[in-house]
This record gives sequence, structure tokens and C-alpha cells, in this order.
Amino acid sequence: MHVVTFTRSTPDTAAKVEVNSSGAITWGDAATVVNPWDEYSLEESIVRAKDLGGKAVVVAVGAEMHNEALKHSLAMGLDEAYRVEAPADPTDTLAFAVLAAAAVKKIGDVGLVIFGKESIDIGTDSHAYQTARKLGWTMVSNVSKILSAGGGSLKVERITEHGKQVVTASLPAVITVLKGINEPRYPSFIGIRKASKATIPVWSAGDLGAALPGKTTELVAYQNPPAREVKTEIIEGASMEEKAAKLIDKLLEEKVL
Amino acid sequence: MSVLVWIETFEGSMNPSSREALAAARGLSSTVTAAVFGKNAAAIAAEAAQYGATAAVVCDDATLHDYRLEPYAALLTKLVQEHKPAVVLAVATAAGRELLSASAADVDAGILSDVVELTLNGDELHAVKPAYAGKIISKLAIKSGTKFVTLRGRAFKPLDADPAASVSPVAVAPVLSEAQIPVKIEAFEKESGKVSLNDAAIIVSGGRGIANNPKAAPADAGDAAIWKAKDGFASVLQPLVDTLGGALGASRAAVDAGFIPYEYQVGQTGKNVNPDLYIACAISGAIQHQAGMRNSKLIVAINKDGEAPIFKLARYGVVEDMYAFVPVLTAELKKRLGK
Ligand SMILES: Cc1cc2nc3c(=O)[nH]c(=O)nc-3n(C[C@H](O)[C@H](O)[C@H](O)COP(=O)(O)OP(=O)(O)OC[C@H]3O[C@@H](n4cnc5c(N)ncnc54)[C@H](O)[C@@H]3O)c2cc1C
Ligand SMILES: Nc1ncnc2c1ncn2[C@@H]1O[C@H](COP(=O)(O)O)[C@@H](O)[C@H]1O
Repeated sequence: MHVVTFTRSTPDTAAKVEVNSSGAITWGDAATVVNPWDEYSLEESIVRAKDLGGKAVVVAVGAEMHNEALKHSLAMGLDEAYRVEAPADPTDTLAFAVLAAAAVKKIGDVGLVIFGKESIDIGTDSHAYQTARKLGWTMVSNVSKILSAGGGSLKVERITEHGKQVVTASLPAVITVLKGINEPRYPSFIGIRKASKATIPVWSAGDLGAALPGKTTELVAYQNPPAREVKTEIIEGASMEEKAAKLIDKLLEEKVL
Repeated sequence: MSVLVWIETFEGSMNPSSREALAAARGLSSTVTAAVFGKNAAAIAAEAAQYGATAAVVCDDATLHDYRLEPYAALLTKLVQEHKPAVVLAVATAAGRELLSASAADVDAGILSDVVELTLNGDELHAVKPAYAGKIISKLAIKSGTKFVTLRGRAFKPLDADPAASVSPVAVAPVLSEAQIPVKIEAFEKESGKVSLNDAAIIVSGGRGIANNPKAAPADAGDAAIWKAKDGFASVLQPLVDTLGGALGASRAAVDAGFIPYEYQVGQTGKNVNPDLYIACAISGAIQHQAGMRNSKLIVAINKDGEAPIFKLARYGVVEDMYAFVPVLTAELKKRLGK
């Protein structure tokens, strides 16, 4: 059975992202990177595809900029990459889920779908769960370790806000994986060469036989946040005790203690 | 116009952050139904009433005692289909996000997650949500259908408890039987007594510099830097955390070096926090760290390098070695706070 992972490109985390005069988000000429959370899902899908005796397939939903993330994935060693043309608004997660589920069905014989925990730009933290519901598959989020996968079931460790759980779940399933589940490999030189020559097939909603739902959410506007006016005050004093006492006075005045 | 609020519970108690969702709901409507699933559901519904619920639906069934997505989503979706609320709210915890996303997909409705402001204009729901690690503010709307929204923790202020308020909870049956639930919890290791980073009013974080512990590592310690850093978290930062009743955090450099588990990481690829007070110790203040903590109400930086970028973000700075300053600060605080 095959393993499918979804990824896309995001602006580099150090990029200066801002809203320009026409209201669009720009990050100058900073590079895009594969969504950092997805390095773990990509690595995990390479390993798990071998366990399940299938291919590791990666899919991006959206515009051409996401080919970068797909090429990075191929360079890491994923077997196949596809891009699905989608409505421009990535915050409308329902449309994504319908397309993602249809892509999984088209790939066929898929046992496991792996997502990264979150996208670092818009971070809806909805895409994975909604895809699972549209597939009608089991959903297991925040997986920190896969203990076993195969024979129709999955056993994992997952982190919740209250501690660590071990759960078993039936396959096929959708999971999200956390940082630290593995040590993502770097793309090899040969991998990068192969990936740079690859052409990435593009599927439309029609190719997938998917009926796109109407828009459920709307983007009204992007804005730059108000500049944070911080006046830094360095606490001076002749001794540690004096500095500590002064700092505590300030914190009491500010009513944060 | 009615709002359905999912009240998160754990081991028979209400997650206190659910009060924020009740307050946000009352900001939108005077008809607020609390949906409480799990152990003690009726008692928790009574508590929800004191914080703003005007009605409650409860299901205290063994299949729902531990949160699992499938049985919870099946029931929430059924309630949404039957009650047709205008808005469904929860706090954007891990469970809140996945549950509302799943249910929104089940009914083909829109969801906005992790929002910090919410208004209703007629039938249109408008929300504000930070994006790109807080570098951008996005204004979003849902204009038709049921509107699902998760709220960023600590973005909405709970109402004061009204001891006179009460509801008569309506008991409902679960949708899935145990045999129909595809996930079984085999084991659970609780992290006890710890204040969660998401709820904490005060956070003290340590960075890579915590390895510069003047204490000598014992000969059999293995990696000396890891020993020193762990000792620094346990014997220097933790006492400050305990004195303040806060939570402990860390930078990614500290996590990557193996000084502290990933759950403590604050930043773009860790937790996004917004406490009243954030104390950064031996953290330089890289942009990715800032992404997770810049919304803190007040930031204090303790760093021996007066040029560290964290001082640009901090309201108060102390240019000192944390190993010299933090123990003194903790001792002074104990005196002043009478602990
Ligand atoms: C894709 C991506 C995602 C990332 N995500 C995150 C994230 O989520 N969170 C995060 O934190 N980082 C993240 N980073 C890493 C980030 O870029 C920085 O490398 C990291 O935050 C640095 O951690 P630090 O401040 O502890 O270490 P350093 O930058 O090494 O700073 C250590 C500081 O400690 C001070 N110091 C040393 N000894 C002492 C002492 N005894 N007393 C007082 N001060 C002392 C030094 O002066 C220095 O300022 C990410 C990076 C990338 C590329
Ligand atoms: N348009 C997309 N195409 C492929 N993967 C996506 C897309 N949007 C989100 N994802 C992935 O879904 C996961 C969760 O993202 P999010 O729900 O946006 O927080 C991450 O692994 C993302 O890379």
C-alpha cells in the first residue's frame, strides 16, 4: 500500500513578510522553503512506504510556487509528486479537503496519509482533519512515534496537552506528525539533480472527478500589524540584589505578578 | 441567533480555558448552548452556566470519557445538524481545533481557526487572525452557513462567575458505539501538575546559554553540556517558575541540543504563547523565537550580551549572567510575594 503526504511551499521563516500597497502579501526576493513541519512528514512517508511495500507520493494543492516544495520532496527521495490546481484562497480549507481526498482516491491503494503538524504561514491546523473526514478515514493527530504500521492497523505514541498516549487505530488512516519523530534526511546531490529535471504532473478538480464546494470562508483583507512600540529599559544597579528589587518593583507596577 | 460552545473536559473537570469560549459566545449572542461530553458532564454544564451558558446538552457516556476525535465529532456533528446553531465555538487547543475542523467538514461549513477577535454583522461573521507568525494580520469572514470558529487561548477574557445562573442540561445519547470507534487508547502517561504553556499567565524560558552553568558536571554525567543545561533548568529556572506559579519554556536551540523536550519549545515551530509576563533567559531572540512570544503582554530579557536582539523586544532588560542573577531574583521574589 502507498503512503501519501501533502506539502507546500512557505516563505523562509527569516523572510521579512509584509503587506504591500495593493494589499497582497510579499516577502521580497526571499526564498520559499518546504513548510518546515513537513520535513518530518516527508521523512516519515519515505520510511513508512517501505514498511507498507508501496510508493511514497507527495501532493501539493495550489499554485505553481508549490513546485519548489515538491522538488525538494523528490530530492529527499519521495517516489512521485503531483500538484493539484486549486482556488487561490488557501484559507478555505474545505475546498482543499475535497481535492486532497480526491487525489488520494485517484492515487489508489493508499494505506496512510501523513501531514505535518501545521503550516507555518497561515497555520489553519484544519487541512489534515478535514481531509480525513472527507476520506471517511481514521484520524490520529500529533504522532510522536509510529510503533507499528501494517496488517490493517497502526500503533503510535501521540502527545496531547495532558501527556503521552499510546493508541491503536485501524488503517487506512490520516496522521499528523510532530517534530522529533525522526531526523529528516538532507536531499542528496543525485536526488537534487533528478528532481530538478522532473516535470510535475498537474491535476485539475475535473481530472480528479471532484465537485468543488462553494467558498466557505472569505479573505477580507491582510494588514501589517501595528508597530509594537517598546521602549526598553535596562535595569541598572550596584548589586544583583538591587537589580532584582528594581525589576520586581517594575513588574508589580505593571501588574503582571 | 444561537451559539453552540464545545466545553473541553479532562478527567471529569472543565478545561478552564473553555470559559473564554463562553465569554466570546455571549459577546455574540444571548443564547449560548454548552455541549459537554464525558465524565461529570452535568456538573460541568452547571459550571458552564455560571460562566455564560444559557442552555446545555450533555452526554456522560463511557465512550466519551477520554477525548477521541471520532466519537466526539460524530456527536458534535449530530448536534449541529439538529440545533442548527449560527456559530460553533471552542478554544483553539489541539482537541478544539481538530474537533471543530472535522465537524465543519462533515456539514460542509466554513471554519476560522485561532482567531483573536470576533464580530457578527447581521449574518456575517468577521474575525481577525494573526498569520505568518504574527507578521501579518488577516481579516476573514464567513458569510453563510454554520460558522465554526476556534479562539486563540487567552485572547478572550472569561466572564466573572455568576453563582445564581443555572441551566437544565438535556442529556443526549452518543452516536458511535465502542465497536464503531476506530481508535483505542492503550496507555496514557500523564504529565502531572504542570501549568500548560498555552494557559500560563507567566512563562520563564531558557535558551542555549543555559549550558554555561558554572557548576561542574559529575565525572559520570556523560555529555557535560547536557548535564549542565538540565541542571540549570531544574535548579535555577524551575524555582523561579514555581515561585511565580508559571510555566517553563525553551528556545529551539535548547531543544535541539537535547537540553529539554520539544514540548517546551516556544516559537514558530513550537508553541505560540501570549502570557502576561514572559521572561527570556539566555535567549538571543531570533526571529523564529519572537514569532512564538512577541504577543506576550510584557517581556523581560536576561542576557549577558547587551547587544542581543531580544533586548529590542523586551520592556525590561537585565544584562547579567543568568546564573548570577536568576537565583537572586527568585530569592527576592519569595520575600516580596511572601512565599
Ligand atoms: C525553520 C526554522 C524554525 C525555527 N523555529 C524556532 C522556534 O520555534 N523556536 C525557537 O526558539 N527557535 C527557532 N528557530 C531557531 C532560531 O533561528 C534560533 O537558532 C534559536 O531561537 C536560538 O536559540 P537561543 O536564543 O537559545 O540560542 P542563541 O542564539 O545561541 O543565543 C543564546 C543566548 O544566550 C546568551 N547567554 C549565554 N550564556 C548566558 C548566561 N550564562 N547568562 C545569560 N545569557 C547567556 C547569549 O548571549 C545569547 O544571546 C528556527 C529556525 C528555523 C530555520
Ligand atoms: N495547499 C496545500 N497543499 C498541500 N499541503 C498543504 C496545503 N495546505 C496545507 N497543507 C499541509 O497541511 C498540514 C497542516 O497545515 P495547516 O492546516 O495549514 O496548519 C501541513 O503539513 C501543510 O503543509
